[in-house]
Amino acid sequence: MSAARQLRAVPTLFRVGFAEAVAYRGEFFIWILSTNMPLVMLVLFREVAREAPVAGFDEKGFGAYFLATLIVRLMTGSWAVWEMNADIRSGGIAMHLLRPLHPFVHYATDNLAALPIRALLAFPIALLAFAWVGGGHVATDAAHWCIGLFAIFGAWALTFAAMLAVGSLGLFWESSLSLYDLWLGLFFIFSGYLMPLSLFPGWLLGATWWMPFRYTLAFPVETMLGLESLDQSLRSLAAQWAWVASLLALALLLWRRGVARYSVFGG
Amino acid sequence: MIRYARLLRVQLRASLLLAMQYRLDFAIDGLMSLFWTATALVPLLVVFGQRTQIAGWSWPEALVVVAWFTCLKGILDGAIRPSLGNVVEAIRKGTLDFVLLKPADAQFLVSTARFDLFAFVNVAGGLAILAVALRKIGRVPSAGAVAWTVLLLAGASFILYAIWILVVCMAFVVVKVDNLSYLFASIYDAARWPSSVFRGVASIVFTFVIPLALMTTYPALAILGKMDAARGVTAFAGSLVALGVARVVWLRSIARYTSAGG
Repeated sequence: MSAARQLRAVPTLFRVGFAEAVAYRGEFFIWILSTNMPLVMLVLFREVAREAPVAGFDEKGFGAYFLATLIVRLMTGSWAVWEMNADIRSGGIAMHLLRPLHPFVHYATDNLAALPIRALLAFPIALLAFAWVGGGHVATDAAHWCIGLFAIFGAWALTFAAMLAVGSLGLFWESSLSLYDLWLGLFFIFSGYLMPLSLFPGWLLGATWWMPFRYTLAFPVETMLGLESLDQSLRSLAAQWAWVASLLALALLLWRRGVARYSVFGG
Repeated sequence: MIRYARLLRVQLRASLLLAMQYRLDFAIDGLMSLFWTATALVPLLVVFGQRTQIAGWSWPEALVVVAWFTCLKGILDGAIRPSLGNVVEAIRKGTLDFVLLKPADAQFLVSTARFDLFAFVNVAGGLAILAVALRKIGRVPSAGAVAWTVLLLAGASFILYAIWILVVCMAFVVVKVDNLSYLFASIYDAARWPSSVFRGVASIVFTFVIPLALMTTYPALAILGKMDAARGVTAFAGSLVALGVARVVWLRSIARYTSAGG
């Protein structure tokens, strides 16, 4: 199966994915409502910054930070690991194996096809944020925004590649979802989802540069807010895509090994 | 009454057997519960690293709120969510009919169908956090304060249960409510903070629509000896009303239920 023929199937897969996203829009909406943690943290940190700024963030700065966090999270979230797990357990994976197409392509288009609807929901929030924050807390040059867009796509790709890797582990191990739980817990702390990473003590902040988590959230957010210098952002971008490439390679390897020994679930 | 106590024992035993069967999962899930409890503490540590007081709460006092948050999470994940999650599935597949045919109260049967015993690790974790917090404050709660706390925690569990019954009843109308459980879990997460943190619009949403303050902040105030009797009685009465409403809605939903596809 050549790559060109695989690519030709992509537009159709996109259409199917989009139709599914539209069909289950109610479910979708609830899912978006449950991404409310940044708003809770926003309220909390505004309270903390009431008297004096914290680590360079005043009330408005926190407002901008957590709204940007919410937007990036909504744009880059993925559910492939649960889908893969369900497919492996139910045997639905057999259908994917029969198709002359790598299953990863299916999961990817399924995810990306839902993006327009997500963007539609995230966009009003973005405008609201801009009106509220008033430009003082966002990057003003085109270069930051350009990197920011790549960073958002990279954040999605990193999250997605990690999910593929853990999902492929499901072919070996029943409790692979626990591993994803672990990833998620570390993500909450070290990605800047619960608080700006600059609130961490120095040594911990240094450690976050060597973990994948900050590249899934804090990096695009900080770039768009203009908190990172340009060459720092470029270095982060390189690190982000290095993580994407290595996690994807790991996922492909695990998948190939897993499928080779897979018969049916429990077999 | 005795019949129901015996039924409860049978159901508990089944859950225990299930847990023993998947021992590795049991251990992993228990460890994960502890891990989540630890991550819940991180933002609190960071915030109180910056300030000695937030919205009138000191660090050890806020820790008491986290303690009750963790305990209730144990009860929610251990006793409420697993069984009621199964009901949603049963409604979709039509297997709820088997439950309805049994000669016992259906709400009792579905509510006790499954317990995830590992989640009770959280209750122990919460009590440990409470001990640390009270040590830091340096006071031993009076017997009265403890009595109030127990009463309010019972009320909090009733409210959690009532909300869950209402979510399940929604499953009779709209089929897919797995997402609603995620939504609820994400809102419940906000209960780890003292309710006075949320001002303005946020306070109205969190205290009236989803009574988070009742769940964790009130029991915390009670054990700190800051709860007045009138407010405590109102809160407990409110939780009983919630239970009553849930019961009525359940009975109506069952009465109108025409099995899967109906």
